[in-house]
Amino acid sequence: MTVSVRIDQASVEATDLPLMSVRSVSKFYGQRIGCADVDFDIWPGEVLAIVGESGSGKTTLLNCISTRLTPTAGTVSYRMRDGEMRDLYGLGEAERRLLLRTDWGFVHQNPADGLRMTVSAGANVGERLMAVGDRHYGKIRATATDWLGRVEIDADRIDDQPRAFSGGMRQRLQIARNLVTAPRLVFMDEPTGGLDVSVQARLLDLLRGLVHDLGLAVIIVTHDLAVARLLSHRMMVMKDGRVIEHGLTDRLLDDPQAPYTQLLVSSILQV
Amino acid sequence: MAPVLIVYGLAKTFTMHLRGGIELPVIVDAAFALEGGKCAVLGGPSGAGKSSILKMLYGNYAVNEGRIEILHRGEMVDLASAAPRRVLEIRRETIGYVSQFLRVVPRVSALDIVAEPLVERGTNRNAAADKARELLSRLNLPERLWALPPATFSGGEQQRVNIARGFITSHPVLLLDEPTASLDATNRAVVVEMIEEKKRAGVALLGIFHDADVRNAVADIVIDVTGFAPDRKAA
Repeated sequence: MTVSVRIDQASVEATDLPLMSVRSVSKFYGQRIGCADVDFDIWPGEVLAIVGESGSGKTTLLNCISTRLTPTAGTVSYRMRDGEMRDLYGLGEAERRLLLRTDWGFVHQNPADGLRMTVSAGANVGERLMAVGDRHYGKIRATATDWLGRVEIDADRIDDQPRAFSGGMRQRLQIARNLVTAPRLVFMDEPTGGLDVSVQARLLDLLRGLVHDLGLAVIIVTHDLAVARLLSHRMMVMKDGRVIEHGLTDRLLDDPQAPYTQLLVSSILQV
Repeated sequence: MAPVLIVYGLAKTFTMHLRGGIELPVIVDAAFALEGGKCAVLGGPSGAGKSSILKMLYGNYAVNEGRIEILHRGEMVDLASAAPRRVLEIRRETIGYVSQFLRVVPRVSALDIVAEPLVERGTNRNAAADKARELLSRLNLPERLWALPPATFSGGEQQRVNIARGFITSHPVLLLDEPTASLDATNRAVVVEMIEEKKRAGVALLGIFHDADVRNAVADIVIDVTGFAPDRKAA
């Protein structure tokens, strides 16, 4: 039986185009390799985890693909909202800033790097909205309140400064600040690092739900394989600046192929 | 009826790089086919590679050789060589899997865990929750547990959550890895009944069942895995 079903071409094309394409990206610090020859694509709605130990080049790579660091070689192209694929490093400064403010989010390991610690929680969320042109105070405040709720921060904390928040709350606030402009791609650098385990679990659960509900594409750097298992669809393992293994997250964790990946997976402590 | 899944020349060897590169062949030249409306059972002693076959079919294990062709969106697609994105798409639409153990997500209630596969496929939350309630009550999971995360549940309770989660979707191919291992007779009978319903709906099932009663009740075909053992020629 050979059935040939005509598939709606338009929908296939829309989802078959990657959101970002990374080709042969390398970053050298003098003679030293930051990352070398990295290739990958990410599609809308997909979570890609980049895992590796300290010094494996995962943060260098994240910075290279998010315009925080200029790669020594290679290209990073991104599908803009108008559907056009653009080279990130060929963008003008104004375009780049607009991208960072609206279409992208960046969640830092340390919330203090992503928040303004001396303005209120509501202003931290509202500021991104104002950056994209929202001017109506009441609307901004209502949206900020809504987002605080979605990241499980009580509405009565809206006027408090993040300095008065716990680590877990600060991290949730940073996430709200990033997601309020409905970005399509969010970069995360060890978002659960430095948090207590119970706080981590809550954050992971929250991220899982938000990623799914909003259909976000996420590139998350982590050294924690359990975090990668819980959040990501695909995984890239890095060592000494190079990608050692790349594939479906559960395949990579259940049946690691490369010697280094086998070592990483077998080093997880069983509880 | 044409097969919906055809396996041929399938081989799997584990290379243990941390043990001096020891090679551990588990499956050689496996070949079989699944048809809609039938339940095939993998037979053979523990360690014969039954679970490995199931995991290769779901894409959890890498395939060294051979092809796994599955009817997906009207065409036969080779799962063994498919890109990760394609595998995810096939899992979403075509092939389902009931694992032996529930992977518990902290803080998520049993009801949400069961409803999640439907929600992910675009069913609205209320309809998905209704279906989840129906399955959980059918599997006799006490209602007071539904709102709790299953981390503290007993083995049998967790397994029932897992079964409900695996059976809630309408995948045309369904893999079952010992779904009845820690269930009592009443609940085993419920699972047998649920498998029969899947068959009537035209689903192709492939399972591992250690319990002989369940196996005899559901199996239309037994695939003897010892035939795919790497040392069968030496023996």
